[in-house]
Amino acid sequence: MMILSGDPPRSRALTLLLIVIVAALLATPWLFPGAKALNVAAKICIFAALVASYDLLLGYTGSVSFAHTMFYGIGSYAVAIALYSMGPNWAAVATGIVVGLPLAMLLALAIGLFSLRVEAIFFAMITLAVASAFMVLASQLSWLTGGEDGRSFQLPELLRPGTVFISKKAFGFEVNGRTLTYYLVFAASAAMILLLLRVVNSPFGRVLQAIRENRFRAEALGYRTVFHLTYANCIAATVAASAGVLNALWLRYAGPDTSLSFSIMLDILLMVVIGGMGTTYGAIVGAAIFILAQNYLQALMGTASRAAADAGLPLVPGLLHPDRWLLWLGLLFIASVYFFPTGVVGRLRGKPSAK
Amino acid sequence: MTELAATDPLPKPKRDLLPALLPIALALVMLPLIGSTSSWVTLTVASLAMGMMIFIMASGLTLVFGLMDVLNFGHGAFIAVGAYVATLVLLPLAGWMQSDSLASNLAVLVPAALLSMAVSGALGMVVERVLILPVYGQHLKQILMTTGGLIVAEQALYALWGPQIIPLPLPASLRGSFIIGDIAIAKYRLLAMLVGLIVFLAIQLVLNRTKIGLLIRAGVENREMVEALGYHIRRLFLGVFMTGSALAGLGGVMWALYREEVHASMGDDLTVLVFIVVIIGGLGSIGGCFIGALLVAMVANYGGFLVPKLALVSNILLMVAILMWRPRGLHAVTSR
Repeated sequence: MMILSGDPPRSRALTLLLIVIVAALLATPWLFPGAKALNVAAKICIFAALVASYDLLLGYTGSVSFAHTMFYGIGSYAVAIALYSMGPNWAAVATGIVVGLPLAMLLALAIGLFSLRVEAIFFAMITLAVASAFMVLASQLSWLTGGEDGRSFQLPELLRPGTVFISKKAFGFEVNGRTLTYYLVFAASAAMILLLLRVVNSPFGRVLQAIRENRFRAEALGYRTVFHLTYANCIAATVAASAGVLNALWLRYAGPDTSLSFSIMLDILLMVVIGGMGTTYGAIVGAAIFILAQNYLQALMGTASRAAADAGLPLVPGLLHPDRWLLWLGLLFIASVYFFPTGVVGRLRGKPSAK
Repeated sequence: MTELAATDPLPKPKRDLLPALLPIALALVMLPLIGSTSSWVTLTVASLAMGMMIFIMASGLTLVFGLMDVLNFGHGAFIAVGAYVATLVLLPLAGWMQSDSLASNLAVLVPAALLSMAVSGALGMVVERVLILPVYGQHLKQILMTTGGLIVAEQALYALWGPQIIPLPLPASLRGSFIIGDIAIAKYRLLAMLVGLIVFLAIQLVLNRTKIGLLIRAGVENREMVEALGYHIRRLFLGVFMTGSALAGLGGVMWALYREEVHASMGDDLTVLVFIVVIIGGLGSIGGCFIGALLVAMVANYGGFLVPKLALVSNILLMVAILMWRPRGLHAVTSR
C-alpha cells in the first residue's frame, strides 16, 4: 500500500490487468525473444511514464497543454547532443540529464508565469504555439540538433548490445547490454509513475483536483491556484523530460519524428483518454493498449487493405491503408471522449466511490 | 455613476484607437530600417495581403468563441477542406484558368470559391451538431473533441485525395505584377487584399447595422440576457459557426492559390497562426482579429526580410509582447 501511496487500483479486474501488464513487461526479454518485442515493451514503459506525467496536467488539473512533447524532446535532445559531442561515456549521460531536466523545468516555469498574466483559456493555444515554434527551431538549428536527420550516438560501453553478461549457452538466452538498458528503462519508468502517484495523492494533488473542479472556489478557499498550476506544470515537464532521456537512450537517436512531432502529442492524448483521465493507472493501461495496437494492428490493417483492393472495392483500400491508422484512432478518440470519458480504468472501477 | 435624464443621449463607449495605430506605426518604423522604398512597398503589400487572408480564416474562430465560449481546435480542418474542394473545380477547368482573359479566369474562380464555402459551411453544421453540441460549456472536452475532429478530417482528406501535394497554379491573368517605377506589386496580392477588405467591411456592416448583428454582439457580451429576451441563441450560434467555417474555407482557397499548392497538413500549420492572431486580437473581437492578422503578417514579412533567423519565433515574440501590454488581447470583448 505504501508504495502505491494509498491509492490502490480499487478493482479486481484492474488489479489483474495491471499485474499482467507489469509481469509481461518484466518478462519480455525472456518470454519474447527478438528485437521487435523488446522495442515495443520499452516503448510501453517510456510512454506509460510520459502519459502519466501528462495525466497530472490533463486529468488532475484539467488544463490542456500541447507542449508536452516539447519537454519530452528537450530531454531526448539533451542526452543525444551530450553523448554525440562528448563521446559515449557516463559523464555525457549525466551532463545531458543535468542540463536537460532543469531546462525543461525552467521553460515550464516561464510558460506558467506567462500564462499567469493572461486568461486561463489561452493556455492551450499558447502551449500549441510555443511547441510549434520549438519544433521549427529544433529542425532549423541543424548545427546543434542535426536538423531533420536528428542525432544518432553511441551508448556507454556497459549498455551496448555487444556487452554480454551471460552468454546464450548458459540458460538458452542472452543477457547483454541491451537487456540491461531495457531494465534501466523499466525501473526508471516505474519509479516515475510511483512518484507521480505519490504527487497526485498528496495534499498538493488534492488541491489540483479542487482547481480542476472549481478554480474559483479553490482560490476562494485560500489556495494560490497559479502557484499550484505552475508547480504541477514544472513537475510534469521534468518527468516528461526524463522520459525523453530514456527514449533517447533506448533508441540511441533523437530526432524531430521520434521526440517532437505533433503526432506524438496526439498519441499521448489518445493514451490518456483511452486509459482514463485522472487515474495515473490509466497511463499504464492506455500506453499498453495503444502501443500494442499501433505495432500489431497496423499490420492487420495492411492485410485488410490489400484484401479489399483485390476484391476491387472502391475507397475501402484507401481507408484501411496502414497510413490511415490515425483516421480510425481519431474516430475512436472522439467516441471515447464522448461515451467513455473515464476511459478503461474508469470503466473497470465502476462508479466512483467518492460520489 | 452619474444620473442620466431620459432625454440625454446614451453614453458612447470610449473609442480605443491605440491598437489600430499599431500596424501603421510598425510599417512606418520599418521604412528607414529596410532602407529601399521599393522593397518596403513590396513587403507592406505582401503583409497586407497575407494579413487579409489570415483574417478571413481567423474571423470565424474568434466570433465562435466570443458568442458561445467554444474553443474550436478543428478550425484548420475547414481551411484544408475548402482548399481541396476548390481543386475539384479548378483542376478539371484548368483550360479556363490558363486562358488570358480575366473574365474566364473569374468564371472559374468565383464558383470554386463559392463551392468551397458551401461545403465547408455544411461541414461546419455537421461538426457543430455532432461534435460540439454534446459538450457545450466544457472547455476540456471541447478541445479534445475538436482536436479529434481535426485528425479525422485531415486523415479523410489523405484517404480521399492521397498524401501527395497537389499543385494549384494561379490563373493566367492574376500572375505577375503591376510595375510602377521600380515598385512591383503582385496582382494576386492586390486581389487578396480586396477580398479581405470586402469580407472585413461586410462583417462590420452585418455586426453593426443589422438586427442579427445586434443579437450577435449582445450574445457576445451576455448570452443569458439574449436568451432571456426570447431569442434562440443556439440557432444564432449555428449560423455564426457555419459562416465562420465557410469563411475558413474561402481563406483556404485563397491561401492555396497564394502558395500555389494544396496539402492536407496546411490546416495544422495555419491553425497555429490563426490561434496567435485570435489571441492577439482578443477572443471575440473582429476588429482586434483584423489588427492582429495584419501585425502577424507584418512581423513575418519584415522579420523575414531583416533577420531571417528570427522569423521562426517572431510570431511568439509578438504574442508575448502584446499580451504583456494587454493581457486579454488588443480588444477585450468578453467578460469571461
